[in-house]
Amino acid sequence: MPYSSKILDHYNNPRNVGSFDASDPTVGTGLVGAPECGDVMKLQIKVNPQTGIIEDARFKTFGCGSAIASSSLATEWLKGKTLDEAMAIRNTQIVEELALPPVKVHCSVLAEDAIKAAIRNYLEKQQSRHETTSSTQASTHPSGTLAAEAAQTSA
Amino acid sequence: MAVKTPIYMDNNSTTRVDPRVVEAMLPYFTEKYGNAASRSHVFGWEAEAAVEDARERIAALIGATAKEIIFTSGATESDNLAIKGVAAMYRKKGNHIITQVTEHKAVIDTCKRLEREGYRITWLPVDQYGRVHPEQVREAITDQTILVTIMAANNEIGTLQPIREIGAICKEKGVLFHTDAVQAVGKIPIDVEEMGIDLLSMTAHKMYGPKGIGALYVRKKNPRVRLEPIIDGGGHERGMRSGTLAVPLIVGFGKACDLCRELMPEESERLRQLRERLRRGIMDNIPDTYLNGHPTERLPNNLNISFAYVEGEGLMMGIKDVAVSSGSACTSASLEPSYVLRALGVGDELAHSSIRFGLGRFNTEEEVDYVVQLVIREVNRLREMSPLYEMVQQGIDLKKIEWAAH
Repeated sequence: MPYSSKILDHYNNPRNVGSFDASDPTVGTGLVGAPECGDVMKLQIKVNPQTGIIEDARFKTFGCGSAIASSSLATEWLKGKTLDEAMAIRNTQIVEELALPPVKVHCSVLAEDAIKAAIRNYLEKQQSRHETTSSTQASTHPSGTLAAEAAQTSA
Repeated sequence: MAVKTPIYMDNNSTTRVDPRVVEAMLPYFTEKYGNAASRSHVFGWEAEAAVEDARERIAALIGATAKEIIFTSGATESDNLAIKGVAAMYRKKGNHIITQVTEHKAVIDTCKRLEREGYRITWLPVDQYGRVHPEQVREAITDQTILVTIMAANNEIGTLQPIREIGAICKEKGVLFHTDAVQAVGKIPIDVEEMGIDLLSMTAHKMYGPKGIGALYVRKKNPRVRLEPIIDGGGHERGMRSGTLAVPLIVGFGKACDLCRELMPEESERLRQLRERLRRGIMDNIPDTYLNGHPTERLPNNLNISFAYVEGEGLMMGIKDVAVSSGSACTSASLEPSYVLRALGVGDELAHSSIRFGLGRFNTEEEVDYVVQLVIREVNRLREMSPLYEMVQQGIDLKKIEWAAH
């Protein structure tokens, strides 16, 4: 299928590829998808604890060009946003920006899930730091665990 | 070295029409445009003569006689006609058909329809290379079995089935044997007599002929195979397939068969060497790559490789100057990866990471070398971007992670 020029641009020149130290308390990590489904996204945010603003973001993605472009775009959008603003990013905005065809909408859904998982992971870390002095949460847990825990704490 | 792009390496999907084939076809569009069924004038006579000439050339490629070739629109129709035609004609004799799980959809979906209509279908499993063992066929045959349908070569992984042995068992048991030989005809020697084949599906466009024309070989002697037609009409093709014959396409099909017969010994060896050059170039230089299908019992032109930690469609986008295909589900609505690779026991993760390279008559060594370098570069680039690769580098066992399926 023909790809939009924006997908091609993000695929050929992906923004913010890489990783932060997941044990850093100012970093939130979201890992969503599954290898057997053909898509896995790892998205990380680095938050300024004083201002609550996302200062930097990184991603790594196993998936098709649209999945790579969706996560690359997401990291661009996250920088400079507050956690609440980041939480409000919708997959439909990604679909629109990249002109994703219907068969690729799930890539944008995954990117939205990854954003939310990363934010929840950051918030959990902040909370557990307040509650206890030692954080026992390994931060590279896959999203299933994170999402379930985050749903209970409800951001 | 200047290689012209895009490079076509999807010859298991379709092939470029050989210029010699095009040349042979052209007069039948503009000058000799008669209907081969017109018996009353020279236009009809020359069209009929051209069709009968092509029929002989096609028959000669598979060791058949001209009268045993029935023209169809392509192999999907040939498969439908063979299976539904036998099922309807031999219904009183029995209701059991044997096939296997990596057949083309034209066979699988036809069998599924018959299953819904009350026929019993045995779906034989395959081994890790995609092969059925002849003894599995023998054990599955009952007194109700009317047809065994097993492909000659698989379209995704190139694995060859032991059709000679299966044909012998079918002869011994008195059961009709159909083979979908779309990928094999013109690439490897096929002889319906030596291999005990009663019905054989083939198509022109996989062998440098035009799209829209195929044939079904229907055995006339020992035994004489009868078919219930699925298309009714003027009674063309011995009543088995009505409809005006596509004379220019048939002429092209005949020429394509001629060329394949003439070139096969040299061409199959050349393609096998190119394929091995491609396989070694990729697999010797990229770790964690896996060959799908049989290492030796495979089509000379087919290569199917899984690149761990890299998704197939993502990789295709990186090598977009090269036309290949992938077992990834990303382009389909279903999210299910290749059923063929799954049947081999290839995990879904590696099925999503597979690329099929189909070499053909017009590929060159320079193109192969170019593709090798491009694939190495892109796989390395995408692995640097892959969270799975990163986790494996960190010593994390991906299988131990509870992934959230979505």
